[in-house]
Amino acid sequence: MAQTITQKILAKHAGLRSAEPGQLINCKVDLVLGNDITSPPAIKEFERIGVSKVFDKKKIFLVPDHFAPAKDIKSAEQIKMMREFAHKYGIVNFFEIGCMGIEHALLPEMGAIKPGDLIIGADSHTCTYGALGAFSTGVGSTDMAAAMATGEVWFKVPEQLKFVYTGKLQKWVEAKDLILYTIGQIGVDGARYMSMEFTGPVIDKLSIESRLTMANMAIEAGGKNGIFGIDAKTKQYLTKVHVTRYPLLYSDKDAEYKQIYDYDVAEIEPQVAYPHLPSNTHPVSKSGHIKIDQSVIGSCTNGRIEDMRVAAKILKGKKVHPDVRLIILPATQNVELQMIKEGLMEIFIKAGASVSTPTCGPCLGGHMGVLAEGEKAIATTNRNFVGRMGHPKSEVYLSNVAVAAASAVAGRIASPEDL
Amino acid sequence: MLTHGRSGHVWKFGNNIDTDLIIPARYLTTSDPVELAKNAMEDADPEWADKMNPGDFIVAGDNFGCGSSREHAPIALKATGLSAVIARSFARIFYRNAINIGFPILESPEAAEEIKEGDEIEVDLTSGTIKDLTSGKTYQAQPFPEFMQKIIKAGGLIKYLRQQHPQLR
Repeated sequence: MAQTITQKILAKHAGLRSAEPGQLINCKVDLVLGNDITSPPAIKEFERIGVSKVFDKKKIFLVPDHFAPAKDIKSAEQIKMMREFAHKYGIVNFFEIGCMGIEHALLPEMGAIKPGDLIIGADSHTCTYGALGAFSTGVGSTDMAAAMATGEVWFKVPEQLKFVYTGKLQKWVEAKDLILYTIGQIGVDGARYMSMEFTGPVIDKLSIESRLTMANMAIEAGGKNGIFGIDAKTKQYLTKVHVTRYPLLYSDKDAEYKQIYDYDVAEIEPQVAYPHLPSNTHPVSKSGHIKIDQSVIGSCTNGRIEDMRVAAKILKGKKVHPDVRLIILPATQNVELQMIKEGLMEIFIKAGASVSTPTCGPCLGGHMGVLAEGEKAIATTNRNFVGRMGHPKSEVYLSNVAVAAASAVAGRIASPEDL
Repeated sequence: MLTHGRSGHVWKFGNNIDTDLIIPARYLTTSDPVELAKNAMEDADPEWADKMNPGDFIVAGDNFGCGSSREHAPIALKATGLSAVIARSFARIFYRNAINIGFPILESPEAAEEIKEGDEIEVDLTSGTIKDLTSGKTYQAQPFPEFMQKIIKAGGLIKYLRQQHPQLR
């Protein structure tokens, strides 16, 4: 029976030969993840189960990143609860500030993810790890609690969608634009309950960091997971992060898809998703004059070193517009260190940017750059819902890194070509 | 138990009601249900949590609960005393979370379309029958697969696990 990578991983973890869409299965998990918002309720539920130990001390990852460094007393209490839980049950993978990073940037970078793994995380952007050929999906706190106790989780096998990208990328177009464009085409529920597989000659040339950006936003189309096949680029990345043994999984040529979408990327220019849905996309050239108060470069979507290099290319020798606050958030300690080594930090600070320690921070209106009433921000983050970055009457426009950097200089939504 | 019928008035919301609208991140420094309930639906309707009465229903369009995985969203709604959410469709993580915490949700495109704000409705959660007492119409929601019904009947995933795996204790 022909299967996709997603089906193969689900079947293997359920002890089955195949997994058919709609089938309800129970799977063993390779990794369970939680952050400082979702772990506290999971810990409470875990204690209610009444078990004396977790299923595997090495397979649970606790990363306080949303309101860390603790933004107030209540946040500090939530992180404290995680710390005490980690100590009580001997969970080794608990990452405090100083060694932490935004969870979805940190885990691939530290070699915690390998192809063929089945991963659940109490964070919707857990779908990021599909970039490395893993089945990875977001769940809630109760699922996290149950998995910490049993090492298992139930799934309905999703239907499969395939996205094929061909053609030549236009200048300044990034992986972010491919995924924003795709969400713009199919809508925020276009892949609801379904698996999104990304393929084609354009994808073959994308770096792993770029693939992480695309997989990260599968959830913004309602997808259960986003996934990529394994190729030379995957292997090279895994060698660098010391992951050596993993299965080589591919979708069978005659695997069945509910739908196949073909996109010619030559027609895609940098995209801007207007408030208040990631699907509300417009080409940057048709954006008109939208004045901004803030630009945010970072997050689990676009906070890796590749992103920082793009930002530096635009900002080198330039000044942030006097009416704009530019906030740059390297996603991990390693990204920050690499920024210093490559001289990017100096470029950013001289340009007038504020560079933060790793945190989700403003992406969800937490801290480190919350918007006031009526303010507008352009951001490389993943959501532009009402009130997402602060006041319910503030606005977030989503874009790639180059556009967010160029807009910070121009004082309005702009393409690097406009500078 | 969720097996008895419930009745109350309807609050209508549109498509793509995301979890930031249901409970904004600025309130996520706690997971206390009573605290969360005070700010439920705040960015969609700032007065909703004060106006609504326990027993009421939300009737919404497509993709209810999209966005973040925060279980705080169904927890907040449940703690207001809301009887259930009826929608044309639900986002998948919200759907899982609602079942896992034993908060009733029903999928019915017809009910979502036709039931009006302020209507009084009665819902039998066992059969999935929705009666609009104001218009006199009756709707049948999509039944849950048997496995999910077991979780719902147990009162959520944790209680179900304790029943299924007594060895866990």
